[in-house]
Amino acid sequence: MAASFTPQNRTLISPASLNRPKGRLIYRIVLTAVIVVFTVVFLGPLYWMVTGGFKSASEVVANPPTYFPHHPKPGNYHTAWSELKIARLLFNTLYYAFGALAFQLVFDVAAAYAISKLRPVLGKLILGAMLATLMIPATVLIVPQYMTVLDLPVLHVNLIGTPWAIWLPTVANGFNIFLLKRFFDSIPEDLMHAAAIDGASPLRTLWSIVLPMSRPILGVVSIFAVVNVWKDFLWPMLVEPDPQKQPINIGIRSLSQGVPENVLIAALAISAVPTLLIFLLFQRNIMSGLTAGSLKG
Amino acid sequence: MAATTVPENTTSHAGRPPRAAGGAVRTGRGRKVRHNLQAHGFLIGAVLCFLTFSWYPMVREFIMSFQEKRRGVTSWVGFRNIDRVYHDPYFWTAWKNTAEFTLYALVIGFVVPFAVAIILNELRHAQAYLRILVYLPVMLPPVAGVLLFKYFYNPDYGLFNHVLKTLHLPTSQWLDSSHTAMISVVVAATWMSMGSATLIYLAALQNIPGELYEAADLDGAGLWSKIWHVTIPQTRLVLSMMLLLQIVATMQEFTNVYLLTGGNGPENSTMTVVYMVYQYAFSYNNFGSAAALGLFLLLVLGAFSGVYARLSRNAD
Repeated sequence: MAASFTPQNRTLISPASLNRPKGRLIYRIVLTAVIVVFTVVFLGPLYWMVTGGFKSASEVVANPPTYFPHHPKPGNYHTAWSELKIARLLFNTLYYAFGALAFQLVFDVAAAYAISKLRPVLGKLILGAMLATLMIPATVLIVPQYMTVLDLPVLHVNLIGTPWAIWLPTVANGFNIFLLKRFFDSIPEDLMHAAAIDGASPLRTLWSIVLPMSRPILGVVSIFAVVNVWKDFLWPMLVEPDPQKQPINIGIRSLSQGVPENVLIAALAISAVPTLLIFLLFQRNIMSGLTAGSLKG
Repeated sequence: MAATTVPENTTSHAGRPPRAAGGAVRTGRGRKVRHNLQAHGFLIGAVLCFLTFSWYPMVREFIMSFQEKRRGVTSWVGFRNIDRVYHDPYFWTAWKNTAEFTLYALVIGFVVPFAVAIILNELRHAQAYLRILVYLPVMLPPVAGVLLFKYFYNPDYGLFNHVLKTLHLPTSQWLDSSHTAMISVVVAATWMSMGSATLIYLAALQNIPGELYEAADLDGAGLWSKIWHVTIPQTRLVLSMMLLLQIVATMQEFTNVYLLTGGNGPENSTMTVVYMVYQYAFSYNNFGSAAALGLFLLLVLGAFSGVYARLSRNAD
């Protein structure tokens, strides 16, 4: 599915018509137009955000707007960083994202491995019940989930305001189970038997044989896990009411009310840096993981 | 890149006896019990999380819809909650807005990424650059993208009205008018999320065998007829699955409207069903009615999810 992008196979336009002078000219024009339009549409807003953060309070709301900040004020970024406590918000987000990732990797990998390779009694039924949750729209469950987190059944613990309220529900992800189970299914059974004959325990087999072979799918699951927490809004807004503990999306929004526009925009620009950096570093993995993950279903 | 795909020739285990790694070499009742216990040990963490945060809330959603909590006392009220939300003066407004959002999101958010994917697939240069550009907004924290658009939409000093004015086009009130609020939300939402759909279509386009286009050339087919008779039929499955996914996702719209218009919008023009659920639960503290409204949503979206599951089973 995620075929390599580089060597061009035959597409809509035939190579012959592209090689004619007229075809070549049209191609050049289209190519230039696409590059210009895409740069303006997708990079333009980001440019506006970064320069907006440098503008003075009156310049940022000036009509007509200015294309370059006349008197750049790097101080806005400093104010945003210290007053909106962005470092705190970013740390919270990372804490939630990687905590969720750890729980998903441990519990979902173990479960998918058990269902795929150990195949216990009722394994099929459990798998079915897990996959069935994919059919239920997430927002429908928000209210009963919130009530559950407010007063955990049996234990009667209130998880609101704790990181557990974000970490644990992410484990209940049918899509992870589906992706992992299908990948584990493709690992040859002979390897499992060989390991068993050598006296390896199931845990040892998982650790030394299955996991090293599963790096690609673990990468996909990890990217989804982190990105999902990073992008989530409604759930963390409900379960983390304390501004000190909020992730960036909710924190900036709740602090945005009483802040001048230019400082707010500087804050937005700072908040965008970590994910954009991660994306530019891992863009190959992220983009191919996306296509592999979403369409294999 | 190809490394991330699941290895092909997935063998089916149907023919094999249901035993595997670890201690299934010798059989015997004791060993079997031990093996099962061990396997369920691996399952327990995930099962507990599903139980607490997915299966139980699902059951509770139904129960809550028929209950009411007054001064700490919970009682069964039959269909009263369902009746209340159904007769809420904004019930149909919310559904109309949700349908409107979904429709706009399909017209813009479904067609644009497909067209962009087709164009990108034809270009032989700057491919990596263009793909990164399209995907860039997906990686922004939603709050950054949304509040940035809110700034652009400002009728007095926003960038969009300035551009329109420069081009001598009529300006707009954007989010401040009940006529344009919803479409403004959709445009912002599409900008932020179209990258994923585009890349998925692009991958599908690259799987179309080149011979089909060659054959179409021999038949003297033009550009549009090639798109209509080769590209679209060849990507039909992906397209229909994405269509359903998108309907299910956009009908649950909350974040964008909440951040852009505060939820209600001018004259309630952006109040979606999920926002109404949110209001019932967290503004009016009426969890029973919120759950009842959720049931309506479940019913509608369940139908789409069912079709999607059907399609994806066929795809496998």
